[in-house]
Amino acid sequence: MAKKYSWPERGTASLIGKPHDRIDGMAKATGVAKYTYDVAPERMLLARVLGCPHAHCKIKSIDLSGAEKVPGVVKAMAMKVEGNEVRWEGDPIAAVAGESEAAVAEGLKAIKVEYEALDIFVKDEDLAAAEAAKRTGKPAKNTQLEKEAPDDADEEKFADEEIARLLKESDVVVEGHYGIDVITHMCLEPHGATCQWDGDKLNAYLSTQNVSGTAGQFATPLGLTAGDVTVICDFIGGGFGSKFQVDNFNVTAAKIAKEVGRPVKLMLDRDIELKTAGCRPSGYINVKIGADKNGVVKVWDSEHWGTFGATLGGVDQGVIPYVFNPKNRRRRAIPIITNASPSRAWRAPNHPQGSAMTQVAYDDIAGKLGLDSYDVFLRNLPTVSNEKQEIYKAEMEIAAKLMDWKAKWHAHGKGPAKGSVVSGLGMAIHTWGGGGQPSNTNITIHPDGAVEATLGSQDLGTGTRTVIALVTAETFGLPLSAVKVNIGSSKYPPSAASGGSVTIASVSESTRRAAQDALRQVNDLVAKKLGVEADTLVAKDGKISVEGDAKKSLSWKDACSLLGMMPLEVKGEFKRRDDQGLSSSQVGGVQMAEVEVDKDTGVVRMRKFVMVQDMGLVINPKTAKSQMYGAAIMGISYALFEQRIMDPTTGVFLNAEIADYKLPRLGDIGEIVVEIYEPDSEYNRGVVGLGEPPVISPGATISNAVCNALGVRVPVLPLTPKRVLDALAKARKV
Amino acid sequence: MADQRPFSGGGSNVSRRAFLKGSGAAAAATALATGSGVAEAADEKSKLVGPGATPIKLNVNGRERVLPVEPRTTLLEALRYKLNLTGAKPVSVDDSSGASMVIINGKPASANTVFAIACVGKKIQTVESLGGDKPDAVPVAFLHNDAMQCGFCTPGFVVAVRAFLDKNPKATEKQIREGLNSNLCRCGTYANVIMAAVEVVKGGKRG
Ligand code: FES
Repeated sequence: MAKKYSWPERGTASLIGKPHDRIDGMAKATGVAKYTYDVAPERMLLARVLGCPHAHCKIKSIDLSGAEKVPGVVKAMAMKVEGNEVRWEGDPIAAVAGESEAAVAEGLKAIKVEYEALDIFVKDEDLAAAEAAKRTGKPAKNTQLEKEAPDDADEEKFADEEIARLLKESDVVVEGHYGIDVITHMCLEPHGATCQWDGDKLNAYLSTQNVSGTAGQFATPLGLTAGDVTVICDFIGGGFGSKFQVDNFNVTAAKIAKEVGRPVKLMLDRDIELKTAGCRPSGYINVKIGADKNGVVKVWDSEHWGTFGATLGGVDQGVIPYVFNPKNRRRRAIPIITNASPSRAWRAPNHPQGSAMTQVAYDDIAGKLGLDSYDVFLRNLPTVSNEKQEIYKAEMEIAAKLMDWKAKWHAHGKGPAKGSVVSGLGMAIHTWGGGGQPSNTNITIHPDGAVEATLGSQDLGTGTRTVIALVTAETFGLPLSAVKVNIGSSKYPPSAASGGSVTIASVSESTRRAAQDALRQVNDLVAKKLGVEADTLVAKDGKISVEGDAKKSLSWKDACSLLGMMPLEVKGEFKRRDDQGLSSSQVGGVQMAEVEVDKDTGVVRMRKFVMVQDMGLVINPKTAKSQMYGAAIMGISYALFEQRIMDPTTGVFLNAEIADYKLPRLGDIGEIVVEIYEPDSEYNRGVVGLGEPPVISPGATISNAVCNALGVRVPVLPLTPKRVLDALAKARKV
Repeated sequence: MADQRPFSGGGSNVSRRAFLKGSGAAAAATALATGSGVAEAADEKSKLVGPGATPIKLNVNGRERVLPVEPRTTLLEALRYKLNLTGAKPVSVDDSSGASMVIINGKPASANTVFAIACVGKKIQTVESLGGDKPDAVPVAFLHNDAMQCGFCTPGFVVAVRAFLDKNPKATEKQIREGLNSNLCRCGTYANVIMAAVEVVKGGKRG
């Protein structure tokens, strides 16, 4: 065992903390990287599913016979039976496997299903309609007041009176309605798997962010044990929280493959993927908020609602108000059930909605008082819930400089206009956990000096392979190219699922531990050979040498030859995040946006987006920054463009194709500036995950910038031209 | 799915013929010989191919490849499942994502919106041709600028940037921002793609 697991002292690392290209970057850029969609074993069949065309119905009958008569179709399999209730459009009814895409498409068309229509409800933004349709669940309530209720008082009545008093005593009261629509994950590689049997054992090439955790999910419905299933995922084309689980269509692919004795690839069509394979819950809020004349919030009183889709739920009340935690607050969360696919974790579950429903209200205080939004955020920092006020303060200063905030600021709606175009600034702050989860890494050192790191992780796009290679190479004093990284198989030592921004912290911990332990064993052999104490040895520049005496050394290769005939394999385990301090959790972040809005057309253009983010110790700033750029763009996307549009009567998802589901293009993003904030205090906390935090604030940030430009709040995201024009028209009438 | 279902069921030859006549593939399809010989862009205009698989000859990345395809097989499906060239990706049913972009006779095109038989006699270049031991400057710049995350859109983007810069070798950043809107990236790599393209214009080197 290594004596103590630790990261190199700041400034002493050879590789960690410096920008590195991805080790699998060329494979990705030239099409060599094989994703689940690309795996094509000999004799493979293609398969697709038939999605239910109705948002709520009962299956009266399914007739597959026509499908199997289509030339080229090999097998059709029902996924629902007579009497089953379907609760959202796109839920898979049956699957067809065949020799070609066209044969399968023809086969799907030949399936006959009879449905019995049931009542449909999809209007999640309309609370009264949801209540009338009996589609709401029990509200979650949470009230905290500075003043305690007397023992004999009716608590609700006391809270009513107390909040009314606090609002009355406030210098300013903002009463607002805000919200954020459902969006989908839209992974560019749709959900799916290629299933291949080897006797009674299943190889499942699954597009998953959970390599170590999905074998069992295949095994149970197939009557196998997890050991009989190997899940493989070398590359995954996007997940964002939607690809943790094995779905029924994945199991169906395995069943068909078993029955026909050939491998089967079943990937979802784009429209089905959008309708059934992942979305983010909506959130809408009515809020009253009271502040003093400096903009410091004293009382928050809100009711919010939204939907998880076909499972009852909505945005958690714990993220309202978001980050800010005034001493007096009451919130009520009402879950709504609709005929739409159940939501799945979407990059920072709850937080983007919490932020978009809270920090716009804070900004409206600035608007109402004619204050600088920066000052209002700054003055409310003492109430943040995560003890990071100093971090936020420092990050705000950096962001303001990068944005040139002071020079560009004007009061809401008071800026100069260029014809019909006005510009504005907005900001918001956020928080996230991101601590490591249990992870194991095997380090193998071969007698010829070759090094491998092996673990059941996956690369969601974060540069996981590169980070593992960097940590390993750093520990052994080797160049990055000397390390081979094996990830993407459930047969490798189990590592964490890539969710909650835990991947980099998890794999860094377990890999550093394994590598330090392995080095210790090599050092013991070297020490014997050189006649020195193992403690005096350091691994650097391809050598193991006595510290301060470079003459007493062995090359890495010679050191490894001391292993004899067999490779050394050492397992690093990481169970809890707090037992050694190689990783930590909790980050803050500050974002600012500059937009232009055309009051005639309602079009919002991004000019500049700035984000400053802490994330503990940064292993590879190049890939870390990519995640920040990506989060900014995804944020611009849901702030300005993205929404699931449902027909209220039929529950049909109207824009379920890439051509219709609006996402930003390269020309829509403006200038993006990202800055990693890594003072000693953060570096010394160890590695913290990053995937989620920077995607939280863009909604509120951009909404605030648009409000600053117009002097009018566009209440619900995305801020489409129509909504901008509607908000302007409404303001004119008032 | 919008329409990868060209035939209205029944599978009769009549509907297939009617379809081929009305499609963009008709010219190429009717130019192909049926029977056991390899179809070339010949001038035997009277015969139809299909409905079954017919061998065709495609020029892909400078190599002549013979592969059996049905008339309704898209170039994307043929590349991916007959030639194991999986760089071009199936992302959208039309060409709105750019993920299946290849270069046909020097011009960018979506491999999922053209039939394989329509490509007989044309020069097809896929992203794989930009890799290898001496990679093209564009993927090298993508690597240096980390213009990728999950990477699923990346091969299509590399082809798009290559095609754009071939046409506009001195493109400014502004022109790049205005001219490269063909491709979609869900992970949000646009900022890095812009940096990569700018690097190539400034003299990014082949690997
Ligand atoms: S890198 Fe993931 S879609 Fe572009």
